[in-house]
Amino acid sequence: MAIVNHLDLQSYLPIVAFLAMGLTMSLVLLVLSLLRGKSRPDPEKNAPYECGFKEFSDTRVKFDVRFYLVAILFIIFDIEVAFLFPWAKNLKEIGIYSFWSMIVFLGVLTVAFVYEWMKGALEWE
Amino acid sequence: MLDWIPEEILTFLILCGQAFLIIIPLILSVAYLVYAERKVIAAMQLRKGPTVVGPFGLLQPIADALKLVHKETIIPTKANPLLYIIAPVLTFTLSLMAWAVIPWGEGLVMADINVGVLYLFAISSLGVYGIIIAGWASNSKYAFLGALRSAAQMVSYELAIGFALICVILCAGSLNLSAIVEAQEKIWFVIPLFPMFVIFFIATLAETNRAPFDLPEAEAELVAGYNVEYSSMSFGMFFLGEYANMILMSAMTSIFFLGGWLPLTSWGPFAYIPGFVWMALKIAFVLFLFLWVRATFPRYRYDQLMRIGWKVFLPITLAYVVGLSFCIAYGVFPETLGVIK
Repeated sequence: MAIVNHLDLQSYLPIVAFLAMGLTMSLVLLVLSLLRGKSRPDPEKNAPYECGFKEFSDTRVKFDVRFYLVAILFIIFDIEVAFLFPWAKNLKEIGIYSFWSMIVFLGVLTVAFVYEWMKGALEWE
Repeated sequence: MLDWIPEEILTFLILCGQAFLIIIPLILSVAYLVYAERKVIAAMQLRKGPTVVGPFGLLQPIADALKLVHKETIIPTKANPLLYIIAPVLTFTLSLMAWAVIPWGEGLVMADINVGVLYLFAISSLGVYGIIIAGWASNSKYAFLGALRSAAQMVSYELAIGFALICVILCAGSLNLSAIVEAQEKIWFVIPLFPMFVIFFIATLAETNRAPFDLPEAEAELVAGYNVEYSSMSFGMFFLGEYANMILMSAMTSIFFLGGWLPLTSWGPFAYIPGFVWMALKIAFVLFLFLWVRATFPRYRYDQLMRIGWKVFLPITLAYVVGLSFCIAYGVFPETLGVIK
């Protein structure tokens, strides 16, 4: 069966080579700058930048909940996209039945999306 | 001569060498993309741009890189040192890794994997981690806010990119990048999928944090966003990574919509130009659009940015996917469009 043979791990080897080269190069660049750059530490210089002031409060503070909402919404829709990939590739072969199955799936998510929209989860003032 | 090396390791070393041969020109083109950016924008604003270092300022990027290497590497006292160092390494490595699957011509590709599109999508999604980690590890308010904005913006526009890619896959019937290019032999996807092309291009601008969506940078309010605490080569790696990502996005645009290595026309002398030159020309063209947009449009407000991403692009692309898949499932598309094999 052709499907079984498709998992050809050998063809992924160049990706590992790229990973190795990328890590090597970033290491080289870092070490190079550590060797060549002069190090003159200074408590003022190494403090977090805040327009010349000493920092007023800790950075690890509460942030706007909408960033969290965006992340949650993103996960839902990204899973949807991930589901669509194999379906889109094979749509020609698997035909009308699979089309309507996916429409039902998308429809459920669209209802949720409309609900979020109406609730104002997408508003940024 | 090399008998003592086991064959597997030798194969791997050769692959590493080939990867090196792609990475070095890539980094050089990043350097000259920066030069081109300064020159193009200068020309559009009736200035001259860099002229001092070398003829026409051609050595300017080299001088900049040398200067960066000689700067002090600062690790802020309040930062988490390990994460602080990992973030630029991650950004830089990821921006190089994606190039493993980019086809430069017929069979001219290092990793001809079946799920090339999925791989590119995954790698470009991972880019968010470098930014989030940098913003968190710097322990500085500007960096943190910049990272949050940047991450929210990138994930929002990734959905539009994802749905646009679904349209391309629907037309090509394959996830393999070479097969996608070959499917465009009759007609480039930019014509049947023109709205998706426009949305994909705008979304790549947002995904790479480019103007007019460069809110994370927003000099006036956030100084430089997530990389404000970085200096020397750790900053340089963010910089290289960002520009390599720009080139990558242009390569993706050319592969998915502009026919990759396929020639514009096979008429006369054009037929003798090799495929990878066409590919490079298309990438250069899309990069020029990036620069042109930067010189032309003012920056968006954050609420406008999120509104476009979620309330305009997402519904439009979703509707386009449904419409297109309906046409393909019911065989509405005429063969002449060339979108179906």
